[in-house]
Amino acid sequence: MTPAEIQTALKEELYRIAPEIELSEIDRVADLREEFDIDSIDFLTLVTALGKRFDLAMPEADYAHMGSFNELLTYLVGHLHD
Amino acid sequence: MPSLGADMEAGTLVEWLKEPGETVKRGDTVAVVETQKGAIEIEIFENGVLESYLVEIGNKVPVGTPLAKIQGKGATIEEAKPERKAEAAKIAEAAAPQPPECVRKAPDEPAKPFETPRIEGERLRITPAARRLAAQSGISLDMLSNTSNDIISLSDVEERIGDTVASEKFSMRDAISAAMSRSKREIPHYYLSHTTDISTAEKFVSETNKNRAPEERLLLGALYLKAVAKALSKYPEFNGHFTDNEFHQSSAVHAGMAINIRGGGLVAPAIHDTESRDLDELMTAMRDLIIRVRAGRFRARELSDATITITSLGDRGVDQLFGIIYPPQVAIIGIGTPTRRPWVHEGLLVPREVTTLTLAADHRVSDGHRGALFLRAIDKQLQSPEAL
Repeated sequence: MTPAEIQTALKEELYRIAPEIELSEIDRVADLREEFDIDSIDFLTLVTALGKRFDLAMPEADYAHMGSFNELLTYLVGHLHD
Repeated sequence: MPSLGADMEAGTLVEWLKEPGETVKRGDTVAVVETQKGAIEIEIFENGVLESYLVEIGNKVPVGTPLAKIQGKGATIEEAKPERKAEAAKIAEAAAPQPPECVRKAPDEPAKPFETPRIEGERLRITPAARRLAAQSGISLDMLSNTSNDIISLSDVEERIGDTVASEKFSMRDAISAAMSRSKREIPHYYLSHTTDISTAEKFVSETNKNRAPEERLLLGALYLKAVAKALSKYPEFNGHFTDNEFHQSSAVHAGMAINIRGGGLVAPAIHDTESRDLDELMTAMRDLIIRVRAGRFRARELSDATITITSLGDRGVDQLFGIIYPPQVAIIGIGTPTRRPWVHEGLLVPREVTTLTLAADHRVSDGHRGALFLRAIDKQLQSPEAL
């Protein structure tokens, strides 16, 4: 899977949770939860969906590396290219 | 039509999920009504065979209106909460139910515009899909009078929807406003606040989640629900409904969970039997509820059954909130955003995760003394998360 495909998948999963937020309007290096106005259960829903889609464990200990849109994308790309 | 919560008196029938002749049993979802808070599934409260519909799709009817006839029992789906039956019956009497009409199309049937029969009289020519969308969107069929004499299609209705989006958001605000005004008018609130150390609970959650797949992970919210439910067993005067000038205590805890709706508004549907479910079951129930609320679809029982409300500010809020009781309930628990603060723990000043619990309760039923003990009991439950 290419980084571009991973980004498309991430966009799709975020759209399911926050359909009114345009990716072009958010700050990709700022706090993901702030930018998409998502709470802890929305975030868990996102992690659950991404984990299933990519067959990744996405442990809670790694949440610190999923702070912004770009961090989360880098995290996914890093794990899927291993 | 069962009660839809304190702030809604009517709903528009948009979908039948059972056909006449079908066997139905208690708990089956038989119909969907559209309300100010979104689509609500109507469950049936008895066993039998659905004989006939009494309300046509697209009609707006008050709570208490018989929706369908159930064969064998000779009764109708009219179930409301027992303590509200009198009220529901009154409403039903006041507004005579619509006489059943003979023409009806299953909403999920594909649109067949050319087969739509022309009915005697002034019946509108409209495809079933268009009729359903109109009903769901709160668009009166009168507004769709067809000038071109064509059959009204889905796209005609969609054109109209743009005009009504603004007013839909307004009615959500109306519903909240009606319930909260009634609360402030009728309920003599008192307020209490208590700051508690939740480091142990947080540690329990992260230890539990360490080796779990995302779909099995816990959130603090599940612990709050269970802690409140367990504390209520000793302080039952905060759990129930105040109706007909007296308090009706509930033996089961149906905790209403306040959920923020994206784009404005909130709902607080019930998680039934909170006290008898374990943390994993509560987590599943919370996730399910939130997904359905986001999709704008829940069950009538969930809106009328809550016996107490819990509202949590989550990770990105402030220290504390002062809740307004959702009538006919008598208490609401507020949970602030956890923050790291200097705290005296085992004789030492150390950084700990703390949060502020608040209680707004009804003075007609309880006093601050018992309220304070109740809040402390919730705190105590949160200190032993493994026992929740």
